[in-house]
Amino acid sequence: MENAIKQKIKQVKKGDQAAFADVVSFYQNKVYQICYRMIGNVHEAEDLAQEAFIRAFVNIQSFDDNRKFSTWLYRIATNLTIDRIRKKKPDYYLDADVKGTDGLDMYSQLASDQKLPEEEVESLELQSYIQTEIMMLPPKYRSVIVLRYLDELSLLEISEVLDIPIGTVKTRIHRGRESLRKRLRHM
Amino acid sequence: MACNKEAIKLMHQYLDDELSTDDKSKLQAHLKSCTSCQQHYQELKKTNTYMKSMDQINVPHDFTRNVMNNLPKEPKRVGYKRWMKTHPIVTAAAIFFVLMFAGLSSVWNGNSQLTVSKQKDLVIENNTVTVPEGVTVDGDLVVKNGDLIIEGTVKGDVVLINGKLISDQKSSDPYLAAAIGGELKQIDQIFDWVWYNIKKSINDVFSFKVNTIYTLHALV
Repeated sequence: MENAIKQKIKQVKKGDQAAFADVVSFYQNKVYQICYRMIGNVHEAEDLAQEAFIRAFVNIQSFDDNRKFSTWLYRIATNLTIDRIRKKKPDYYLDADVKGTDGLDMYSQLASDQKLPEEEVESLELQSYIQTEIMMLPPKYRSVIVLRYLDELSLLEISEVLDIPIGTVKTRIHRGRESLRKRLRHM
Repeated sequence: MACNKEAIKLMHQYLDDELSTDDKSKLQAHLKSCTSCQQHYQELKKTNTYMKSMDQINVPHDFTRNVMNNLPKEPKRVGYKRWMKTHPIVTAAAIFFVLMFAGLSSVWNGNSQLTVSKQKDLVIENNTVTVPEGVTVDGDLVVKNGDLIIEGTVKGDVVLINGKLISDQKSSDPYLAAAIGGELKQIDQIFDWVWYNIKKSINDVFSFKVNTIYTLHALV
């Protein structure tokens, strides 16, 4: 698959815009996932993922064929998302909809003494609870944790995507995981 | 709780698959003996499991189409640039032709001085070259950027570049024709000029060869 993508990228570099559609559909879920887990909002995530692909297309000539395309693409996506997070004001409102859920608001995230009966809802709630906890992490830990867990990248790949030393990647994973442990241990 | 810091570091390294076998057994031994570390380890394991249980979420189905529709239409200039990069030989040839024609036309237009092939007894006034009466030019006569009056005779060819042959009252056409032993060529256009030069060099080469062959024959 990696080779097929390389071929497509060569075509894109030669000016074949249509070949880029295959590249997009191959990576779209991965990129969207990274953006969503970091920004916590489906609409913004879609916007960011789209922007990441457009930037990749515009700058395709600067992509070095000898390197892994996914690493390069993920770097564009994480940089864009981190920039967006920095510009954003903190937006936690208790009555705001929890994105990715249907009609759940932040009140549902508060500890409640009533237990929800249906397992499905519990699972949904767990998912959005974890997402909320990821959102509580500072962005620099968030990006590392998302790449590590959601995309299961190796430490080396993460260090390449984020352009930080591997030692820093390790420290951030440890701290991020510690912080999540404190929040998730009572679940 | 002095054990904590060291042990927790090992736990994280273990979860990242970064622990040597030695350290693994060290950690295991410690976990067996220390309940608070055991608790910590269980919590970390749980966090890991939660994180890995996160669902993969999918993009809306028209995502690719949206991206493709939003790609910038590349400006034509970029297209030319890339075409030149991918076709270097054609580009080089094109540049060569442009420069060649530019050079050629500057030679044609720039050099407006009167030049005459070196022959004896010619009279040059203003922009007119005269072969006086009674004078016979043995070889070819080339006049560039000037007019020519022939009152005497020219045995070889006459070539006029960017100029014309003036016949005065005295000389009628039959007389003129008789006065030139060879051909009369008038060149007023750049392409004629180029063609003349090409023909001339080919002729030179050819006649040189013929001469050499004759000489060789003579030697044999």
